[in-house]
Formats: sequence, C-alpha cells, structure tokens
Amino acid sequence: MSAPAQQRIIFQHIDEPGYSNDIECYLRNGGYEVLKKAVTQKPEDLREEVKKSGLRGRGGAGFPCGFKWSLVDRKSGKPIYLIVNADESEPGTFKDRYIMHQDPHQLIEGTMISCFANDVKQAYIYIRGEMPEGARILEKAIAEARAKNLVGPNILGTGYSCEIYVHRGAGAYICGEETGLIESLEGKRANPRIKPPYFPAVLGLYQCPTIVNNVETLCHVKYIVEHGAAEYTKIGTPGNTGTRIFCVSGHVQRPGYYEFPAGTITMGQLLNDVCGGPLPGRTFKAVIPGGSSAKILRFGERFKGKRKVGAEMVDYDWAVEDVPMDFDSLAMIGSMGGSGGVIVMDDTVNMVEALANINAFYSHESCGQCTPCREGSLWMKKISSRMVHGDARPEDGALLKSVADQIPGRTICAFGEACSWPTQSFIAKFKNEFDGYSEVKKALPAERRVLV
Amino acid sequence: MNLKPETFQRIDEVITHYPTKRSATLPLLHLIQEDAGHISDEAITWIAQKLELQPINVLEVVTFYPMFRRAPIGRRHIKVCRTLSCALSGGYKTCETFEKEFCTHRGEISPDGEVTIEFVECLASCGTAPVVLIDETLHEKVDVTKAKQLSDQIKAEAAVRK
Repeated sequence: MSAPAQQRIIFQHIDEPGYSNDIECYLRNGGYEVLKKAVTQKPEDLREEVKKSGLRGRGGAGFPCGFKWSLVDRKSGKPIYLIVNADESEPGTFKDRYIMHQDPHQLIEGTMISCFANDVKQAYIYIRGEMPEGARILEKAIAEARAKNLVGPNILGTGYSCEIYVHRGAGAYICGEETGLIESLEGKRANPRIKPPYFPAVLGLYQCPTIVNNVETLCHVKYIVEHGAAEYTKIGTPGNTGTRIFCVSGHVQRPGYYEFPAGTITMGQLLNDVCGGPLPGRTFKAVIPGGSSAKILRFGERFKGKRKVGAEMVDYDWAVEDVPMDFDSLAMIGSMGGSGGVIVMDDTVNMVEALANINAFYSHESCGQCTPCREGSLWMKKISSRMVHGDARPEDGALLKSVADQIPGRTICAFGEACSWPTQSFIAKFKNEFDGYSEVKKALPAERRVLV
Repeated sequence: MNLKPETFQRIDEVITHYPTKRSATLPLLHLIQEDAGHISDEAITWIAQKLELQPINVLEVVTFYPMFRRAPIGRRHIKVCRTLSCALSGGYKTCETFEKEFCTHRGEISPDGEVTIEFVECLASCGTAPVVLIDETLHEKVDVTKAKQLSDQIKAEAAVRK
C-alpha cells in the first residue's frame, strides 16, 4: 500500500515560493479573518468547539487541549495567563521552528483566539534561547499585528484587550516542561514544580491560573475555529483527530517535515515511500518514533496483541513498518508518538555509541533537583562513555539497566522517565550489542563515524 | 555599569513586560551579555539592584542556563550541534574541522582571538543535520567542505577588519 497524500493544514504555506513572514502577505492569504470571526462569538462556545474537536496537544504528551482549558480556575478572580511553549527542544523535533520563522502570524492569530476563548489578558511566547532569529521575527510580527489593532488594547473595537510578549530561554531543555517553563519565566532556575496537588491551570505563573500550549497546538485551534469541530474531526482517526507533523531525521534519503492526517500513515510508508527509504546500500536498523526519549523500535521485532477497532477487539501482529503513527498505536507497542520527531538509524550505527550520545544529552540537561535523575543520568552517561572510550565490560549492559530502573517514578517531573527510557529500551532490544561490545569494539573500523 | 545607551533603554522597557520585576532576570542577562560579551560580577550585582533581588538570585540563574557565560569568548561564537541526529550525520567531524581550521579546541578562545568553538545540545533543526549556529545565524547541512568554507569566510572577514 502506498502512502496517503500529505494534507498540509498547519504547514500550508511553509516553503511556498513568494510567501513571506510579514503581515501583508498573511493578510493577502486571508489572515486574521478567523480572529475577526472569533471575537464575535462567546468564549465558552469557542472552548466547547475545541473540546469537541478532540485536539490533542502537540508538544509531546498528547493531552486533550479542550480538557486542559476546562481545568482552568475561572472563579479565583486572578488573571489567567497563556504561555506559548516555543521551547522546542526534544532532540529530533523541528516543526515549530518553521511555523515561527516562516508563518509567525499563524501562531499569533491562534494565540489571540485562544486568549479570547479563555479570557486571557496577557500571553507570553517562551521561545528557546537558541532561536534568536525566531525571537526577532515574532517580535516584529507582534508589532505589526499591534499596529493593525489585532494585538493590544481594545482589539478590533470589541473592548477586549490582550498583550503578547516574547520571552527568550537560555539553553535549558527542561524549560520545555511546563512547570519548569513557568519557573523560568518567573526569573528563576527552571526546576519543575511538584504536581499534584496544584496544576498550572489552578496555580501557575505568579500563582495564577495558567494555560501552557505548544506552538503547533495553537495553530490547530485557529483551524478548528475556522472550519468547526465537525470538519476537523473528519481529518485523522477517532481519538487522533487532525493532522500530525512528522519530523524525520537521521538515515533516510529525504529527511524533513511531513504533515499527514493523524493515524493514516504507517512507519513503513513514512520512511520508505515518503522519505525515500534507507541510504544506498544500507538497511534500517532502528527508529526512535517520538523524540529522543521515546523508546526505540528495532526493525525485525514484532508487536502482537489485541486492539479496539470501532466497538470490536481485533488481533494485531505488526512489524515496525506496519505500526500506525498515532499516539495510541505507538503507546500500545510500548513507545510513544511524543513530539513527532522520528530519528532513523541504519546498519552502520552501533547501538552502544548511539545510546552514549543520548545519555550525554540527558545528563547535560537534568535540572538537578531530584537525586535519582541528577545522579542516575550522570552515571548512565559515565558508564556508556566509558564503554566507548575506555574499557567495556560484559556486565555493563546490566549495570546500565539497573541504574535506569531506579529513576522513573522517583522524580518530580517526567524527565526521570525521559532519561531512563532510552537506556531501558536500547538494552531490552539490543542486549547482544551491549554484552558483546568489548569484543565488537576491537573489530570496528578506527575511521568510523564518531557519535560521542 | 558601562553599557550602550540603547541597552539601558531596552532594559527599562523589558521590565515593564512583567507584573514582577524578577521575571526580567533572563531578558536582562541576555541584553547585558549581548552588549558586554559576558556576565561579570558587576553585572550580577547591578541586575540584582535593578530588580530588587539578592545577587545570589541572579548568580544561580546564570550558572543554571548554558547560554550565559562568566568569561569573555572569541569575536565569533561557533556552536556545533552535538546531539543524536547531527552526530548521525557527522556532527563530530564538523566540529573537528572548525577546531583544525582555527587551531583551537572546543571551549577555548582561538589563538588569534577570532572564534570560540563549542559543542551544544540539540538546535532543533535535525532534518538538515549537521547544523551550526554562528553567532545568531543558523547554517544547515554543514559537512566538512561547508565547515571549511564557513571558516574561510570568517577568516576573510577578520582580515578585512585588520
């Protein structure tokens, strides 16, 4: 079966010749018409529409957006804040970059609609520090929108006012975690907060109710308000509505970003038909389906079980290539759809070295407040680096696994899981490579690609 | 604090973006680092006074975020992405090429004072790996040949200045 056609609703104008990121171009293409329509509606109706659309957050967790909005404490009398999470930092993910650089007004319109729907008077776009150009583009776009009375006081004469400011991060991955992000926006170290009992929807920024949404999610909100929830749910599959943007990197012929109706494309179609398959003379070995913390899949393994199709339970027996790329199917086979970052590795990659690279990342990025994560991620890095650069011992795989097993569930935020899942899954699926690495290493060419 | 007049202006403006002054810590650090090149002890006390904080509140932020530095660097800042997708596409070779071209090692200032080369974690452009951020400009698919070209360009610009 060949791959379905791309359906670009969010990336409609990305890489379009002649399309620029200024407001005039956006307006020529029907820009801000949805905002004009939205401000004539009741905020609660807009919220209901988003809820009905089944939109799931595109930052990584796939949490239902409408439900997140319904948790907001609207009775406290405190201001409600909206934060755009533009701290795109999960390795393998690079979709929000293109929205912000090439189509920033789409994000601003989606943000303003979401602010109006939630009675937000102040929004912040938290953009990662490594995107200085993106920050400048957004600031310019906001100024343009302000000049046209689309952001700022008394928007379009409705009496509704809302301001947006851009806030730059400074190179810390943990700022993508929403409570870490809030701490960072308050001017502190980005140490995530303990939750429950209090979630940002009740006590967030400045101890006020706060919504944190990913860049792409807010663009989907714009599309939903434009076309209605009924039209939106026609795209994709039940429970996985709308489109998904996949960011494919690593060893394929055509890496890049591809937008498809959610749940309609399999891993095999994406990698072989869309991305052109493996590089000449190589074969696929492994793939990480949803950003570097997602559990790795090994080509050749099979996933069996029962799944719900409509009202019935059906048996499935999938190879990696057969797995549908939606949140639920990927969760079912023990990995995750996450942020849509697909990292492909072919037969030239040694898995011990690839894991050592990932472990170095997580050890660098642990915020350090929980001992199991701070120490555990460091030891995983030290052990895997030693295997590559020093002596590798047959028992190292078991040692790595024992460290990884002691982290998840014992930390304040999900970083504990994120840093241990790679080690756990690499060792579960490539155990022989870890056990035999000391011998294998002697035979590896000295001039090979360095990964750590 | 010895800063450009427009930096002071931007500092005063950015503080108004937030209901609490402390939130302006990161923006102020960015503005001062862009102006002065690094964050000195004097800058830390100055920001603390400006935002009505203790100096430790600023210092702990500086030491937490990788982008803030306590010492000067070379004229140009070359940040090579180290993370998986870039490494799979030869990121380590790219970094070594820059090191050779400028006779320096990552983390140090090159002998001519021209560059500081650094390995950084994921720059979120994995589809065009390996990527390199030079000052504020992202360069994509930087293989050995392109790394040499970029190095030549930096050297040529340095020669013009001299």
